[in-house]
Parts: sequence; structure tokens; C-alpha cells
Amino acid sequence: MTDKPFLEVDSLTKRYPSPDGGAPLTVFEDINFDIDKGEFVCIIGHSGCGKSTIMNVLSGLDSPTSGGVTMDGKELSGPSLDRGVVFQNYSLLPWLSALKNVIFGVKARYPEWSKEKVREHSYHYLELVGLVNGAEHRKPSQLSGGMRQRVSIARAFAIQPKLLLLDEPFGALDALTRGTIQDELIRIWSGSDQTVFMITHDVDEAILLADRVLLMTNGPFAQVAESVAIDIPRPRSRADIIHHDGYYKIRNHLVEFLAKRSKDLARGSDASEETNNGPQKPKVVRPALNTPSSSETESIVPPNLMKIKG
Amino acid sequence: MFTSLNLKALFLSIIILIFGLGVWELATPAVKSAGELTEYEKLVGAADQKARVPPPSAIIVRAWEELSNPIYDNGPNDKGIGIQIGYSLFRVLSGYFMAALIAIPVGFLIGMSPLAYKAFDPFIQVLRPISPLAWMPLALFIIKDSQASAIFVIFICSIWPMLINTAFGVAGVRKDWVNVARTHELDSLRTALIVILPAAAPTILTGMRISIGIAWLVIVAAEMLVGGTGIGYYVWNEWNNLDLTSVIFSILVIGVVGMLLDAAFAWVQRSVQYQE
Repeated sequence: MTDKPFLEVDSLTKRYPSPDGGAPLTVFEDINFDIDKGEFVCIIGHSGCGKSTIMNVLSGLDSPTSGGVTMDGKELSGPSLDRGVVFQNYSLLPWLSALKNVIFGVKARYPEWSKEKVREHSYHYLELVGLVNGAEHRKPSQLSGGMRQRVSIARAFAIQPKLLLLDEPFGALDALTRGTIQDELIRIWSGSDQTVFMITHDVDEAILLADRVLLMTNGPFAQVAESVAIDIPRPRSRADIIHHDGYYKIRNHLVEFLAKRSKDLARGSDASEETNNGPQKPKVVRPALNTPSSSETESIVPPNLMKIKG
Repeated sequence: MFTSLNLKALFLSIIILIFGLGVWELATPAVKSAGELTEYEKLVGAADQKARVPPPSAIIVRAWEELSNPIYDNGPNDKGIGIQIGYSLFRVLSGYFMAALIAIPVGFLIGMSPLAYKAFDPFIQVLRPISPLAWMPLALFIIKDSQASAIFVIFICSIWPMLINTAFGVAGVRKDWVNVARTHELDSLRTALIVILPAAAPTILTGMRISIGIAWLVIVAAEMLVGGTGIGYYVWNEWNNLDLTSVIFSILVIGVVGMLLDAAFAWVQRSVQYQE
């Protein structure tokens, strides 16, 4: 392999000092994975496995205890406009209208742009999420949860980051709204070459959206155990995807992992006999192409050769 | 529904007003002039009862006289009510805005830095409960000017609520919004101006509103002490003139001006209020 992947997470470890001076709490240890340019990657795991901490390290809001992240050949340090974040609780500024919230982001990204250009650009992205015709002048408190998250997504896309980070963006929404916004997200993403990294709890959501799903074992000492390729052609829609042959193979694989193996594979506190073996990339699994028993043989293929995007 | 409630309240207010004024009027019968007194009444000292609380009708007449010619200056003992209010407002606003100029930036600093918060806290806790008038002798000695000392007293009484509320508001800005500023690479100054200031503005304005109320309370006492001009001096001067009608009239004026000041700040406060 000559060219490096777009984003490389290398031996990432996060420990929190114990409050009473005892052994520190290791949330996760020796996390390694790559993301290619234009790829949509979801990460799934139980609460407490450190997904949000990984997200915060990627966004620059938190720093790892050891290890590092390289994006586009550069080591990440601190927050940057190269990485746009959509938070679960929207994090809109409540004293600004929807449009002004997007303008806030665009102005920060392109300070040299004229006022009209900033406004036009912002309006365009609100249009993409269907929030125009009066709604753009409303304050977040006057918008529904789904509309707020649309504004937040518009703000993140509008700054055209190299990497878009979505932290359980639909977690607080009802199922119907979630479906609609998932469709919108996938539509906007398809029209861009945006690289996306997203946390979710929802297996169906991950299959619908992602090229690849990273599965995390339970914490403490959580790890990325597998990288599951979603071999379902795009464009996907919620209605058709369930009829694809591979859908239930993938779904069963993910559910089985979450229900059982995430616990079995958890190393708990008796960890670290294999931590110094150099970077361990997660095993690649392609449930839609193989029977589960033969998936072992796939593990020799590096994940960055597996990219498919329809 | 809403307007009808307002109308009912207005109606009730008017009834209370008429009732209150009526009782007051009846309780203060007109004073007979000395010529009308009988020999007996003069002997038992009825003539001494001349000075008594004037009835509301007399105050309304006085208010009409004063308000129809509010701005005149016939020397130190006789100035129009408008001029006196003007002096008081000038002192209140200049002391108040000087306090804001210091309290809001320092409050920002204290709110943003836990170290500064802990370091400043003991001083604030000791200085805050001091009655502003206790500073007056020291201010007169150091500043050597009674006008400026009055302004200083307003300054010192306005500063604490603004300082504490600004620090409190800034420290309480939601972490999410600060994270939004960080992920958008805003520098500290921009974060302070674009994110923290609007987020803390309602709390800061609450402090400013409390401060202006206190400043208006204190100016009356301060002007009674320093004398010369202002509504506080006016009240005291009319007391020395034994003109209780003017005393009551000026008490009412103090109330109305205080209400207008508060209403102005309430209006500003509403304009920066936001709903989460």
C-alpha cells in the first residue's frame, strides 16, 4: 500500500484518572481504523464503550491519552473547520434564526466572502434540507426537533468540511421524522463527496446509510472488533433495502454482535496481553457476500480496499 | 380573555385608587383659618394643628402647578421639578454607566476563569454588603467634591449586582454553545462577543435592572446628604420649608421615575431574551 488512507486512527487510547487515586479507568485502548475519502462509516456499540469520546477526539474537543489521528496526511490537534460536527442535541444558538445559525457557520468558514454570498450559500443549504418558505427566519425554539436537526445538518454541510462527524444525530427524534431526515441526509450526501463518520444506536439506520459499520465491544477496554461492509448497492431507500438478499444477513450479524458477542469479546479489566502487537486493524466482515462461517477468511483484506459506493 | 382580564384589573385598580384617596381626603379635614376659630378653640390650642398631612386634593393642585412649569431656576431654594429630576438622573446614569463599564468586563473575566472567580470572590463578598452611603465620608475626603461623591456612591452601589450577574451568566453558558464556537474555530474575542455575550445577555440584563433600581433608591439618600440639587435634596428642602404637600408630591415623582427606569430596562431585557 503506497498511498495512506484519508483518515487514519492509530492506537487511540483514552484513560480517565480515577477520582480516589486508584487505577485509572480505561475507556478504550488501542483503537485502529481507517476511513477513505467519500466513505460513509457508522460506529455502533453499547453505551459506555467510548463512541462519543472517539467522536470528541475526532472533532478535536477532547484529546486522547495516547495514540493519534491523521487526516489528509496531517496529525489532528484541536477543533477545526475541516471537521464539521452535528451534535445529538442540535447545538443551535437559540437567539439566532435558522438562517443566521447557518450563516454563523459559513461566516466562520469563509470570512472573506461578501455578505450576499454568505447568505446565498447558507440559504442554498437550508433549501437542501427543505427549510425555506418562512421557516428559515424562525428561532430554534419555534422549530420542531426534526427541523432543528435539519438546520444543524445544513450548518455542518454548508461549511463543506473534509470530514463530517454526526454524533447520534437522530437519537432524539421520533421514528417517522428520523426516516425522513435519513432520506434527506443520504440524498445530500450522494450529491457530494463528503466523508462521514457517524455514531448510531440504530442497526437499520446504519445499514441504510453506511458503506461500512464499525462494531465496538463493551467497555471498559473497549475495542473496534469488526468492520462490517454493507454490500448493498446504492442508491438505497428504506422501502427497497429490506428486500435485498444481503439485508437480513447483515442485520442479523449486527444484532447478534450487539446482543452477544460485544459482551463476549469485551476484555474487561484483565486486558492488555496483546496490546503491544502493533496496530491491529479490525477484522473485515462481509455478511451479505458470505455465509457467516466463511467470514474468517476475509480478515486478511485491509478495509481500505473494500470501499464500495454506488 | 386576556384583554378582558386586563380591563377588569384596570377597573379594580381605579376603584382602589378612588377608595384610597377618598379615605385619605376624609381623614384630613380642611384647616380653619385663625379668624374662624372661636375663643374657646384658640384657648385649647386648636390653632397649633395647622401643620398636618395635606389631603390628596391639595397634592393634585400642587402637582398641576409644578408639572405645568417644570423647568425654571429661581436660585438654590426654588428650582422646577424637571430640573431637580434632571440632576438626579444625570448622577444616577453617569455613576451607573461607569459601573457597567467596569462590572461587565470584570464579570466576564470572573465568569470565564474559575481561578479569577475564586480569587475575586472574597473581596466581592466583603464589599457587596456595605451600605453605599457608608462610602460617602471617604468619597468626600478623597474626591473633595460633593457632586462627584454622589456619583461615586451610585457607582459603588450599582457595580455589585451587575458584576455578580455577569459572572454568573457567563459561567453558566451551556457547554454545547462553547463547543459550537470551538468547532467553528472562533478565537477567544469572537467567542466572547458572538456566543457568550448573547447567551449571557438575559442574566446580565437582570443584573443591570437590579442595579438601576438600587441606584435610584440610593440617589435620594445621597442627595439628602450632599445637598444643592436633585430630587433627594428637593424632598429634604421642602421638609425644611415645612411644605408637606411638596414632599408628598416629590415622593410620588420619585416613584414614577423609578418605574419608568425599570420599564426601560425591562424593555431592553425582553429584546435580548431567548427561548431554549
